[in-house]
Amino acid sequence: MSNVSPNSLGLEKTPQETRVVVAMSGGVDSSVVAALLKSQGYDVVGLTMQLYDHGAATAKSKTCCAGQDIYDARRVSDLIGIPHYVVDYETTFKADVMDRFADGYIHGETPVPCVLCNQTVKFRDLLKAAKDLGADALATGHYVQRLEGEAGPELHRAYEDDRDQSYFLFTTTRDQLDFVRFPLGGMGKRETRELGEKFGLHVAAKPDSQDICFVPNGDYASVIRRLRPDAAIGGEIVHVDGRVLGRHEGVIHFTVGQRKGLGVGGEAEPLYVVRIEPEAARIIAGPKEALLRQSFRLHGVNWLGAGTKPPEEGIAVHVKLRNTHKPIAATIFGEATDRTGARVVLAEPEAAVTPGQACVFYDGLRVLGGGWIARETNVTHQPHNLRRQSAAAGQVSV
Amino acid sequence: MTPSSPPPRSLTYLDYNATTPVLPSVAAAVTAALGDFGNPSSVHTAGRKARAAVEGAREAVAEMSGAPVQQVIFTSGGTEANVLALRGLAAAARCSAVLASGVEHASVLAEIPESARLAVDQDGRIDIQALEAELKHRAKPVLITVMLANNETGVIQPIDKVVALARAYGALVHCDAVQAAGKIPVDLKALGVDSVSLSAHKIGGLKGVGALVLRAGLEIAADLSGGGQERRRRAGTENVLGIIGFGAAARETKTLLAQAGRIADLRKSLEDAVLQTPAVQIFSSTVARLGNTSCFALKGVSSETQVMRLDLAGVAVSAGSACSSGKIAPSHVLLAMGMPAADATSAIRVSLGWETTADDISAFLKAWRPLVEQI
Repeated sequence: MSNVSPNSLGLEKTPQETRVVVAMSGGVDSSVVAALLKSQGYDVVGLTMQLYDHGAATAKSKTCCAGQDIYDARRVSDLIGIPHYVVDYETTFKADVMDRFADGYIHGETPVPCVLCNQTVKFRDLLKAAKDLGADALATGHYVQRLEGEAGPELHRAYEDDRDQSYFLFTTTRDQLDFVRFPLGGMGKRETRELGEKFGLHVAAKPDSQDICFVPNGDYASVIRRLRPDAAIGGEIVHVDGRVLGRHEGVIHFTVGQRKGLGVGGEAEPLYVVRIEPEAARIIAGPKEALLRQSFRLHGVNWLGAGTKPPEEGIAVHVKLRNTHKPIAATIFGEATDRTGARVVLAEPEAAVTPGQACVFYDGLRVLGGGWIARETNVTHQPHNLRRQSAAAGQVSV
Repeated sequence: MTPSSPPPRSLTYLDYNATTPVLPSVAAAVTAALGDFGNPSSVHTAGRKARAAVEGAREAVAEMSGAPVQQVIFTSGGTEANVLALRGLAAAARCSAVLASGVEHASVLAEIPESARLAVDQDGRIDIQALEAELKHRAKPVLITVMLANNETGVIQPIDKVVALARAYGALVHCDAVQAAGKIPVDLKALGVDSVSLSAHKIGGLKGVGALVLRAGLEIAADLSGGGQERRRRAGTENVLGIIGFGAAARETKTLLAQAGRIADLRKSLEDAVLQTPAVQIFSSTVARLGNTSCFALKGVSSETQVMRLDLAGVAVSAGSACSSGKIAPSHVLLAMGMPAADATSAIRVSLGWETTADDISAFLKAWRPLVEQI
């Protein structure tokens, strides 16, 4: 570690003069980031966000709000010898992440709360806290790379493909990218754990966090019911051909593309959730073909490519519609009237176009931004027109 | 990486209300007694030596608080003393209710249902009219618990008025003097209250030891039962070293009180300086306060940010009440005083003590001024 260049964060200062706030979750990744930067001589300050009352989330009564993760972050900070503080974002986390998570389901969407958290609590509030503490940079344990490009810093996929977290960071703006650093983006998980061992961190072998942090046992529906007690309105399950197939206990229990849990039997072919109509509390089910979509609209687009928005004439990219999916070819069309809107035309129809999920744009390994998949308000498709455009998109090499 | 201590940051300690440095005389007394391990309940020589040390300390605590020696009950600290008073006095006297205002310490509030909380005025002083209204409609006797001085604002409560009302309505008064001790005189008889709680580490003693002192003749029901220690009022082998340190600190009370004027002058220079900033509001500054405590808001900068930045600059202050997570919650005291949440969440508490010098005030101001630029 002694040979690391003094400006390993790309700042024109010695490490000793460079204050870096590390967002410490208590897990191995951010703990290693803190230990690594400390070992390189930086003026490291650890911050851990208190996001929700741990006792309430796990339904244990009267435990204090601190979870094991805060304890772990504190012990790592003690060991490596950095100041560590807990910042209270319970109010903003509830409003910007948990409530929007619940409202997403209520509106027939399948939200990605980790993106909302990165977008608001982490890269808006924590970033401001870091600046308030006089920091030169905010470092996190995300597996994603920030590389200097000709027009400033660029966001790139992680060195190790199956650790890549760029899907969850598509909302990162250029201004935020200026200030944040991802020291693990060029490493593999094994290397991180080895560093954790080397630094003697007790969290070196701590399992990766699974699921959504405020839904500890995966029962997201009960979290929604607690946040929005009158959300669960039952309704009909209707076949795309118009037949009523049965009843359900609330749209919050469904995700577009879902096959299991419909509770409908006796159909010749497997049925999937094709569409959710929250206004009518209706679930539309159909065969797999009915799921296929080739074009859809995005809102809340963050554009990291050239210009200030995706070009109106279209740009050929690859997109990921789920974190776990492989990128697929598509063309993105910016909108004349709305800088944060865009239309995506896939080269081939896909069955996984789920409203509320993120559609993230890639140019090879570089992240060009992304947007939120909008719910279809007009269900009339125009596959004929779009097929021509998508064929054109498919010919362009990305 | 081997364990290492944080980088050296010269420490300006301005958090005496949280805890104080250990007095040299305390350190000497405790160190001298480290080799004596006897149990005060033992009959043999070693036990008698330990007992003698505990009883010597009891006399010192009785002396500092104006209580009969046999009415000093050692506890594990201020929290236990408060809890013992509220439970034990209420049980022994068969009180119909325990009343307290919303600015009391958490150890008190945890014992009091919301319905028995009394209002305070905008400076954080107990509302005497509200107290009288409660006393009028409650069955006798009632136990009133009121702190002598507030830990966050330093405000001194009108104990004389509370005691006068209590006499008129046959009520008992417990006084939490944990924060007042060593800063203003605490004398059970002069105050006219029935009991007083004290904590050693607020007056230069060790953490983990305190006392509940009772007026002559007052009986109390034990909260911890088992062995017969503390005249059957608090079971458990005594914290002998802590008690020895408490006794040593208690003997220094007059020395500490003699510093009050100097410390108040330092606080004045601090407050004069921060008031140059229009965004500063000092709480309860026009009423009687402890001379060492200053609670003020820098509007527009969160308490959290202020405490962290000051700490990174080597200045220790505090804000609100820390949860076990370490997050800073808005001060329940300021909220009870009716302060808007925006003010309560931008307040810090600076508390001075016997080692504080003018250099410490300068160091504070040097570290604090850059925060003003963040507004």
